[in-house]
Amino acid sequence: MYKFIYFFMIVVAGTLGELCVSRAMKQVGEVHDFRPAAIVKVIGRALRVKWMWIGVGMMTLAFFSLLAVLSVEKVSFVVPVTALSYVAGALGGRFFLGERITLSRWTGIALVCIGVTLVFMGKG
Amino acid sequence: MNSHKRLQFKTFVMILIMIIAGPLGNVLLGKGMQSVGTTSIHSAADLVHVIGRVFANPSIWLGVASLLTFFVANILVLSWADYSFVQPASSMAYGVVALLSMFLLGESITLLRWIGIAIICLGVFIVGRTHPRTTAHH
Repeated sequence: MYKFIYFFMIVVAGTLGELCVSRAMKQVGEVHDFRPAAIVKVIGRALRVKWMWIGVGMMTLAFFSLLAVLSVEKVSFVVPVTALSYVAGALGGRFFLGERITLSRWTGIALVCIGVTLVFMGKG
Repeated sequence: MNSHKRLQFKTFVMILIMIIAGPLGNVLLGKGMQSVGTTSIHSAADLVHVIGRVFANPSIWLGVASLLTFFVANILVLSWADYSFVQPASSMAYGVVALLSMFLLGESITLLRWIGIAIICLGVFIVGRTHPRTTAHH
């Protein structure tokens, strides 16, 4: 039962975290300069964006849940199951943001679900 | 190098870093957590003890460093490339994680699981290739 809560945290908090970070980086703007000092400066700028902190907080939560699951399950089982984030992302978009999901996107989501089911069934 | 080629090149390098560093990080965390083992936590003292053991483990630190590398590459690429482009490109990471956990951790992966992983990669790829905006503009 605990495992399901952990997987839920990895999937939901991880997806929300990624979306927040993505939003923050759009605010920071395109990175042109890859010298270490410039990258440090970009990170400094990113840390002044509120969404970055929310995103990193969510991802930290997902990270500790990942550690917890990895202590009891194989990596080759845990990581594929976290692909359910794509399903979470699509459903969230559909029901919370009112996005229309195209047939090809539903196809991709269905494939991820089928794949995760096979990964579950293929417990060696 | 013209600006288009340059953009493609830096995108390629960043995605390459992501699909190696991300899976490597997960595998190292797995290795670390398996050596820490399962412990039942009954009190705050137990929790502190477990956290101490987790962070005393070198594999965990290497894994964290690797995931941070992944994270920095990820946010850098997201500053110029679309999430919906980066996402399908990084779907290969699921294949890489399976290979690494087989070779570095000696996990046995059944045929059914390989098929599942391949289908997940395909599914993620298709999700990411669909048009990023479906809501109407007014």
